[in-house]
Amino acid sequence: MAIKLPIYMDYHATTPVDQRVVDTMLPYFHDKFGNAASRNHSFGWTAEEAVENARAQIARLINATPKEIIFTSGATESNNLAIKGAAEMYREKGNHIITQVIEHKAVLDTCKRLEKYGYEVTYLPVGKDGRIDLDDLQRAITPKTILISIMYANNEIGVIQPIQEIGKIAKEKGILFHSDAVQALGKIPIDVQRDNLDMISLTAHKLYGPKGVGALYVRRRNPRVQLSAQIDGGGHERGMRSGTLNVPGIVGFGKAAEICQNEMAEESVRLRGMRDRLKDGLFAKLDELYINGSMTHRLPHNINISFAFVEGESLLMGINDIAVSSGSACTSATLEPSYVLKALGVGEDLAHTSIRFGLGRFNTLEEVDYVTNRVIEVVQRLRELSPLYEMAKEGIDLSKMNWKATAEH
Amino acid sequence: MAYSEKVVDHYEHPRNVGSLPKEDPNVGTGLVGAPECGDVMRLQMKINPETQIIEEAKFKTFGCGSAIASSSLATEWVKGKTVEEALTISNTDIVRELSLPPVKIHCSVLAEDAIKAAIEDWKKKKEVAQPAASATVGN
Repeated sequence: MAIKLPIYMDYHATTPVDQRVVDTMLPYFHDKFGNAASRNHSFGWTAEEAVENARAQIARLINATPKEIIFTSGATESNNLAIKGAAEMYREKGNHIITQVIEHKAVLDTCKRLEKYGYEVTYLPVGKDGRIDLDDLQRAITPKTILISIMYANNEIGVIQPIQEIGKIAKEKGILFHSDAVQALGKIPIDVQRDNLDMISLTAHKLYGPKGVGALYVRRRNPRVQLSAQIDGGGHERGMRSGTLNVPGIVGFGKAAEICQNEMAEESVRLRGMRDRLKDGLFAKLDELYINGSMTHRLPHNINISFAFVEGESLLMGINDIAVSSGSACTSATLEPSYVLKALGVGEDLAHTSIRFGLGRFNTLEEVDYVTNRVIEVVQRLRELSPLYEMAKEGIDLSKMNWKATAEH
Repeated sequence: MAYSEKVVDHYEHPRNVGSLPKEDPNVGTGLVGAPECGDVMRLQMKINPETQIIEEAKFKTFGCGSAIASSSLATEWVKGKTVEEALTISNTDIVRELSLPPVKIHCSVLAEDAIKAAIEDWKKKKEVAQPAASATVGN
């Protein structure tokens, strides 16, 4: 079977919309175009019905009830709503929030803003495996703690946090527990009852749905969570998020969730197999490779590897018919290396050599083998070009050298 | 971020990759940058002691495509030049030749540093060898 180039293996960044999802969305652009809030005619009723159907599809995927799904423009907005909304609502109760250092910027920057407003935030560290220490969490809790926000699975290293244990602790102490579940939704089973979650942020475009639509799960029972709306207007979504609903987007989100519900079990086995094949293929032919983050608690479709002595951007340039991403500073717009890898304790030199592979629904075994061979080829070529590889092979301890960096750095 | 054709060319077909014997008294070695910064260049030159012409140049680089291209270009440019001429090569020449965007200018600076560092090293080696020569001039 011929391989179509370029190959996409960056499914953590975004995903193509599944054709079945596209087909389900289309009627809502031109034929069933009504505003779901138009209560007085059939155009509105049709749109509303579609929205409620999608709500139920998404709720089912996380074992919630439809009324607990609030639609937003995406997970960044959901994170903002959850954290700012809870912080404002529960200000009388306390002003302390606990999160951790490798959260997505949508959570970290929101917390930073709240610190400016007088809230106190504890950023729990993570171990080499990328997970928080539950004792650290226990110790961080104070009588003024009102919210714990810990992501379900990390976007760079795919590592899964001890969510159930965190949920138990939060419930015991009566503290709200929010989780950014963007990378986990549709990939591993999420159960808001089992996990004792009070709010979770979701987005459509990581599970073969469209961009521009997301949701926030907000618990209604045990306890009933209240949020201060961040966007004011017509009072949509139970007053929690005003604004005309993106009906086609929501319909797509619902369909994407339903497909995951039906196919997730099988798909995750298949993806895990391909991911392991890629990993084993690379390790068989290349030395000096390091996996970033725990392999035990990890999304089935993710692998993040440092290829020592080969800089990330030059590696990406060499495999320019393959779409992946790197933790190297050279690949970021701001020339900052990955803060996630830094938090794991990965040295900056190794951070510069890291590549993230995120597999997905439409990857094939042939693609995996092609990628494996190309990566091996390019890494070997770049190691021929690398003074560091030559020095390391000569037995020089690079960490002991006195490097003369230029003024720029 | 699209790369200029010249950067891609140097990346696909780098010139003068390799090493020269460090102990050779006519070889200057410049090693600049740091692994933590994601940029390390090693530039070596074999210089004719009489004519001061750079006869051979080799490089190895750990860094992005622009860094590899900058150092590859540097070896191309220094070959056949005298030491004095090579010292006039500035990073802005490299930026212009490779059409480097602002965010990659530091790669060209490192390449200029590598040239100067290699020449420095060769000069230092010569000074160590000089004392025997200058002793005879004093008469």
